[in-house]
Amino acid sequence: MEIEISKVDAILDKHGLAEQGLIPSLLEIQDTYHYLPPGALTRVAERMKIPAIRVHQVAEFYKAFSLEPRGKHIITVCLGTACHVRGAEYLVDQIGRILDITPGATTKDMSFTLEAVNCLGCCALGPVMVVDGKYYGNMAISKVERVLNRYMEREVVAND
Amino acid sequence: MTNQRISDDLGLNKLREELLASRDSTIPSIMVCGGTGCLALASDEVAQALEKALVDQGVKAKVELKTTGCPGFCEQGPLLVIHPERIFYVRVKPKDAAEIVSKTIANGEIIERLLYEDPMTGEKIVHETDVPFYKEQTRILLKNSGLIDPRRIEDYIAVGGYKALNKALFEMTPQEVIDEVKRSGLRGRGGAGFSTGVKWELCRKAKGDTKYIICNADEGDPGAFQDRGLIEGNPHSILEGIMIGAYAIGASKCFVYIRHEYPLAVELISFAVQQAREYGLLGEDILGSGFDLDIVIQLGAGAFVCGEETALMASIEGRIGEPRARPPYPAQSGLWGKPTNINNVKTWAWIPHIINNGAEWFTQMGTEKSKGTTIFSVVGNVKNTGLVEVPMGISIRRLIEDIGGGASNGNKLKAVQTGGPSGGCIPESLWHLPVDYDSLREAGSIMGSGGMIVMDESTCMVDVARYFLEFSKFESCGKCSACREGVRRMYEILDYITRGYGEEGDIELLESLGQAVKTGSLCGLGQTAPNPVLTTIRYFRDEYEAHIKEKRCPAGVCKELITFYIVPEKCPGCSLCARYCSEDAISGEKGQPYVIDPNKCGRCGVCREVCNFDAVIVE
Repeated sequence: MEIEISKVDAILDKHGLAEQGLIPSLLEIQDTYHYLPPGALTRVAERMKIPAIRVHQVAEFYKAFSLEPRGKHIITVCLGTACHVRGAEYLVDQIGRILDITPGATTKDMSFTLEAVNCLGCCALGPVMVVDGKYYGNMAISKVERVLNRYMEREVVAND
Repeated sequence: MTNQRISDDLGLNKLREELLASRDSTIPSIMVCGGTGCLALASDEVAQALEKALVDQGVKAKVELKTTGCPGFCEQGPLLVIHPERIFYVRVKPKDAAEIVSKTIANGEIIERLLYEDPMTGEKIVHETDVPFYKEQTRILLKNSGLIDPRRIEDYIAVGGYKALNKALFEMTPQEVIDEVKRSGLRGRGGAGFSTGVKWELCRKAKGDTKYIICNADEGDPGAFQDRGLIEGNPHSILEGIMIGAYAIGASKCFVYIRHEYPLAVELISFAVQQAREYGLLGEDILGSGFDLDIVIQLGAGAFVCGEETALMASIEGRIGEPRARPPYPAQSGLWGKPTNINNVKTWAWIPHIINNGAEWFTQMGTEKSKGTTIFSVVGNVKNTGLVEVPMGISIRRLIEDIGGGASNGNKLKAVQTGGPSGGCIPESLWHLPVDYDSLREAGSIMGSGGMIVMDESTCMVDVARYFLEFSKFESCGKCSACREGVRRMYEILDYITRGYGEEGDIELLESLGQAVKTGSLCGLGQTAPNPVLTTIRYFRDEYEAHIKEKRCPAGVCKELITFYIVPEKCPGCSLCARYCSEDAISGEKGQPYVIDPNKCGRCGVCREVCNFDAVIVE
């Protein structure tokens, strides 16, 4: 992916070039590109004057960061304890069956990335899945396909 | 809205009086919950529909519509309360909006179908205050969640907010504040339960001009969301506590370390900080007292271990979140080597109440060693899920059966898990135990941050242990080999057991590995990671044995050990399951019982879920 250096620079300037600004900057870069493009990481190291290995170490350690490009739509399934005892694993299986992906993976056409997280804090409504920031509470195996269809249809319209 | 800086101690009282005087208490106000839970049930669309209905029916000027934070009863969301009568509507949908305005607002008419029905008695309840879920609680920290708009500092000031700050700054010395907190016996609500006042004093007395304080909002325990609820419901109560603490300790900078997985809470607390700054409650010379403080919101990047204080500080400094050995404690050498005090969100939120009402008032609640109330998130296989605030020392049974309403689907309850991945499972036979730091520890679990996951007979305890170990394996930072390798090995053994490959001696091996991991780890994560395994072995050994010796999962959870099966007597042959089955494993003739082919079955469970006759079971 082509990155605009000026965009990365603006993010770095906002959070400061002291080491304390590293994680906030990476979070914003991740938000912008949905992953951490290699070019951006190099730029971060250059501007902050810290070794590239340090930047990579932080990027690898924290789960919020992805070093691989991610799909257009992000599906997040909560695997917190409350969701687990209400059958969240079945949701992951069902999504996998429909889209042929496992947690952490992206569909071949780059349209969906499936992620499992440990708790979204809406435990009372478990199991919960989130697509592009929209929460779906009290999910059921039989509802998964319907929810995903909404995003697939949008895809078809967009490609027309 | 006045955007004026308040520059002296009297200004705040004046503002409060003005705010109260400008309110007309006869105007009805509609409060819609906008917490993450209700939002997941589309409460934002409800609020928009209400707004539209108010405009359409020409009554917008006569009604106040507010989006509040989480009042806690997430199970029944989206929640709506109409003041001043406190008429309580549950599971409200956008299409109900017009009727709510035309009937309840215009004519005071109650809409029966939106009322909450007590599952015990079948009685419809009109007023929020009569709902058993709320009635049994002692709501102090949560009192204003659901009453105030978290985006309006004026709402908080109107209900008495920032009074305690005024009192601390102008009527008390820092030492007096610390003494008051010490006398109250408040213990850290993050789970460890260390005395807050003593901790503050250590930091105050530590040498150094620059001191920091941190609000730990990295609520990582799966199944716990009280910090999120509190931040989304009443963010200023936390900020006020922080300000008083900073004054007492002598700190001029505070970091609020909050998970990025809570986008709404992040937005609301950031907004609250900005508002407080505009009013002169943050920044330099606060309220003209000469005291300076600034608050920075720092996002976590998805690492559970960063809830541990030394890892958290490493993360704020921009490094990977690896814990280090203590001592030195943060009070001696914390952020950038400076004395630092860290407290949990709920601990900070207690401070204004203690300063306002005094230590004696606080000590009247709770038990001898655990004072005050605490918030639990009661979730899992229980009827009333949500946030619950109760005095320390209440029995587990009361919490789960009286407030939680008992089992959600008629199944028998068998255990409650407290303390997240560091805690343990407490069997139903011990539910007479009081909930406080010390009793839970004796039972092999911990209080932790207050998550209570209720489990019924459809939960497999070996699977639960495997689940938590998978979590800890994933979240271990890898620094200590006992934790990195030991937890992984324990997970592998559990995984084998749940897949039917368990061997004689596995239980004993798990026990000895568990002890080794506990002894050999530096931080709380490793020291407590074996707890879920050790407690389930202690209380549910028979389930382990069934998996290992009989290759059987008594709860019907472990996929490799179960078979889906249709009970012919119950199946009317509606064919619904066959239509949903993605493996074409279900066949039959309409009107006749259907059959599942176990060789084709993918064990996805959709047949059991969609069956309206409970005809699909696992064996």
